Amino acid sequence: MNLSKYLIVLILIGLMVFSGILSPAFLKPRNILNIFWQTSYVGIIAIGITFVMIAGGIDLSVGSMLALLGSVAIQIVNKLGDKTSSVILSFLFTYGLAVLLGFGVGLLTTKGKIPAFVTTLGGMAIYRSLVLNFANGGVYMTMSQKYTSIGMKFVLGLPLPMIVFIVYAILAYILLDKTRFGRYVYAVGANETAALYSAIKVDMVRTWTYVVSGISVATSAILLSSMMSAVSSSSTGNGFELDAIAAAVIGGTSLSGGKGSVFGTFFGALILGVINNMLVMLNVAVYLQGMVKGLIIIAAVLLQNLRKE
Amino acid sequence: MRKFLVILFVAVVVFSFAEKIRVGVAIPAADHGWTGGMVWWAQYAIKQYQNDPNVEFYLVTAKEPSEQIAQVQALLAKGIDALVINPYESAPLTPICVQAFRQGVFTVIVDRGINSEEYNTYIAGDNYMYGYLAGKYIAEKLKGKGNIVVIRGIPCSIDDERVKAFKDAISLYPDLKIIAEQPGYWSREKAFEVMQTLLTKFPTIDAVWTGDDDMLHGVLLALKQAGRDKNIVLVGGACEKNIVKMIMDGNPLIGVNFTYPPNMISTAINLAVMALRKQDLNGFYQRGIPRKIILATETVTKENAKDYYFPESVF
Repeated sequence: MNLSKYLIVLILIGLMVFSGILSPAFLKPRNILNIFWQTSYVGIIAIGITFVMIAGGIDLSVGSMLALLGSVAIQIVNKLGDKTSSVILSFLFTYGLAVLLGFGVGLLTTKGKIPAFVTTLGGMAIYRSLVLNFANGGVYMTMSQKYTSIGMKFVLGLPLPMIVFIVYAILAYILLDKTRFGRYVYAVGANETAALYSAIKVDMVRTWTYVVSGISVATSAILLSSMMSAVSSSSTGNGFELDAIAAAVIGGTSLSGGKGSVFGTFFGALILGVINNMLVMLNVAVYLQGMVKGLIIIAAVLLQNLRKE
Repeated sequence: MRKFLVILFVAVVVFSFAEKIRVGVAIPAADHGWTGGMVWWAQYAIKQYQNDPNVEFYLVTAKEPSEQIAQVQALLAKGIDALVINPYESAPLTPICVQAFRQGVFTVIVDRGINSEEYNTYIAGDNYMYGYLAGKYIAEKLKGKGNIVVIRGIPCSIDDERVKAFKDAISLYPDLKIIAEQPGYWSREKAFEVMQTLLTKFPTIDAVWTGDDDMLHGVLLALKQAGRDKNIVLVGGACEKNIVKMIMDGNPLIGVNFTYPPNMISTAINLAVMALRKQDLNGFYQRGIPRKIILATETVTKENAKDYYFPESVF
């Protein structure tokens, strides 16, 4: 049991050694930092999605939601001017909106009895089209020094997004493994009927997992938009939902609910990050990159499954 | 006198009952900066005709080929005199474009072609020169010696053609080396990531060519963040407004850009209206609109950048 839990770490290390042998530059500390940094945006979202998936749901809206929340954050800062207070207000509003959206999707899914696949697929289309409409298909930019300095900040020599990613993972781990809410999330996903008989408010627990997902997206949106100082209404966040779900699944989260861990997702996301970095480092031919990525993902999950049997 | 008045009256009646021209414009929805620009320029061109009661436009944008086919079918059912279309994909859109042409709808194909010669006019950018001029500029700027990084767009035939042209241009210089060629998917974030990684791998990079300006923004950010935004030649393309502004302001890193104008859609719309009104192109000895037009890739430098700067455009 324990070995299969840590197998994912071994897979990660194996991938890194392999890449390091093929391209020594891969193991430069700077590059390892970059991988952590580049992974953090999808990684944070993947942690949120882990909650949703363990509770038996799915969230396809995260990529478009990231574009929407990021552009809202940028627009607020642009309206209020380059002040600390406007950055704080922008944060509050972005997180507020994320909670509201998460709650809305959660209620539609649980009380409205619409499959999560449908509500979040709808959300995906709605959020993207709202951003496109407001930005006219273009880019939201900000010149605010206060805001953009956040995403590029280094603390103790480490990029801020990486620190947030790690701290966020630890907090999420505590929430999922050490609190009653966390236990309910597992219970709801593993056996809904049993959970109901145990007097767990199944609908509310599920709804809150979407709020967790929303908060994760908001965190990622703020980090990404402040680093790039721009959000493209058409391309920012595209494909993030697939990467986040892939990270969770590589990390051992079950698509049918009841199983998964923040620990696994954290390393699953890093494996994806290492693959992306490796493709560039090894200068893998452009048209073959998809295949290499797909093979490694499938192999990683296969290895873990074989181990469990 | 009386005769003249009658003729005048008849002329006025005929003119005011002149058939209204109806133009359908079908383009892909914005999925990156450049396509966003194309949507914006389509709207811009249509706005130019808003005081002209004799033209009417229907603008539709599609997220995938099947949606675009359905949109064109709807336009044909509604009855249009001209179809201006940037096909989402060549093969699936070919039959419906051919059908429009055979029905007598004046069909203008924009940029991405169809697999048939049955259309009235084709207008497109010049992918070859777009890549070639970028390669030539970098080669000359580096005096024929150095390490080049290529960050291309989404791997596809357009992208292939540009990259091939780029390589053709630098193949004249044996001491120029492409040390990495990676896709940036026409996205800022992805290009940032790729550049960050390449900066770690290679201690010296003399020039970077990105398939378009969105990706150049990502590269700029990665260079700045790594403190290596000096002594490097950067070339993007397609004239995103903020990059053009940098050239205009004399930014030391970016001296040049090459057009691949999203406003070719505006030109296409004008061509359709001109054709229906039987106008010809000024300076042409031929009547009628040319059947194939490849737009020149224009070079934008500090001197002429202001002519290519459209601050209200989204791209």
